[in-house]
Amino acid sequence: MRPSVWHRIDLLARQLSPVLLTLVLVVISVVPVRILDFSTFVPLFPLASVYHWTIFRPNLLPIYAVFLIGILQDVLTGSPIGVNAFVYLLVYGAVLSQNVFFTDKSFFILWIGFALISAGAVVVNWFIISILNVTVVEIQNAVTQYFLTLGFFPAAAWFFLRWQGAFLRMD
Amino acid sequence: MKQGSKSAQRLFQPIRGLAQRFALISLLLFAISLMVLGRVNVQMVDSFRVQVTDAFAPILNALSKPAETFSRSVFQIRELAHLREENIRLRETNLRLFQWENAALNLELENKRLRSLLNFKPGPEPSFITARIIADRGGAFAHSLIVNVGYQDGVNKGQTGMTGKGLVGRVASVGRHSARILLITDINSRIPVFVGNDRLRAILAGNNNNSPKLVHLLPSKRVKIGDRVVTSGHGGAIPPNLPVGVVTKADETGFVVQPFAKRNRLEYIRLLDYGLGGIFKGLSQGTLIGHSKGGRPGNNKR
Repeated sequence: MRPSVWHRIDLLARQLSPVLLTLVLVVISVVPVRILDFSTFVPLFPLASVYHWTIFRPNLLPIYAVFLIGILQDVLTGSPIGVNAFVYLLVYGAVLSQNVFFTDKSFFILWIGFALISAGAVVVNWFIISILNVTVVEIQNAVTQYFLTLGFFPAAAWFFLRWQGAFLRMD
Repeated sequence: MKQGSKSAQRLFQPIRGLAQRFALISLLLFAISLMVLGRVNVQMVDSFRVQVTDAFAPILNALSKPAETFSRSVFQIRELAHLREENIRLRETNLRLFQWENAALNLELENKRLRSLLNFKPGPEPSFITARIIADRGGAFAHSLIVNVGYQDGVNKGQTGMTGKGLVGRVASVGRHSARILLITDINSRIPVFVGNDRLRAILAGNNNNSPKLVHLLPSKRVKIGDRVVTSGHGGAIPPNLPVGVVTKADETGFVVQPFAKRNRLEYIRLLDYGLGGIFKGLSQGTLIGHSKGGRPGNNKR
């Protein structure tokens, strides 16, 4: 029996959802919300998203999508174009090369893995920006943002896992 | 059959891995070349950025409205908690400002008289466009905003972004219905300023944190904590005498300035246009009193 058109559209939407979700997170994270005084920083949810889907559904997060997500983030945030794309590609490569380490591990291990990888991402980002500006850029804000992201990671991971359970169950 | 597919898998696995590695490396190189291109051919990368931003502007515009309502209601709840103290403080400030208003009115009259004696030609009065901020938070390494007006609404590159309190930044690029404001805290921002009552010349340099620094300040001993910093207008890019901030700290690397305009409180900014010099009437036409007869009110877009 051939699957109906709707079934195929449904399947396609589900399969595209990790990429679309990450793109939505990129857009949402630049929308101004001013709640507290430190709210000029927002957790790096797109980074958490790239990390999560690379571990759990690498086949649904193709490498060129990672690149495009980074480019969109560069465009919207106003950072030099290519920086976040580069960082996300590195994160993608690093997670994929360690996928034996990440499979079937407890949440705590995933969190530690994220702490290490996002720290690397922040440092690389800082390093590139410093080189492009030919000066040592202040890293203080980035460190604040890093810890904020780390604190929000469990919530983000919970959301991604729920999403995965709801739409992307592997049969 | 099954065994065949397995051995095929075994054969293709390394090839797939190799292809993926090749894709990763080539995309990384592509990202690097984009960064270099952004340095070498600023215009090309800029126009790409403008077009993508423009495409996303309607989405950002729609998203920023509920976000704004949300943050405003949170702010109001916080405000309620401090209503009493706030009221007392405001009453005191009001008294003080009343005295200042009198002083300002007297000074304005005197100024007008003296100007007429001297036959003084005042500078052009700006028109302005009020813009709503639809994207903020460039993260830790980029300090810029996106606003919901573009060249369709008369925005030009280089216009000055102000709030009621002080300078915010300059228009760095303009799309059809969006524009990007480079904040004075961005590492690429350099604003010529005057410091203090002695009007010492300096450059206010952003450094990607929330308090930019004064550089190229010659007789640095005469700068005091608490000195006001205003734009000097040198270079002709930014009009003179716009309030910028106040000197808050001096350390071994220089003087730190706290901008008057707080980034996390920005909702709307005014984009001033001084470019059309000569056709607007002077500043002396009672702008201090508040009924600006002289200036065209501009295209108030909200």
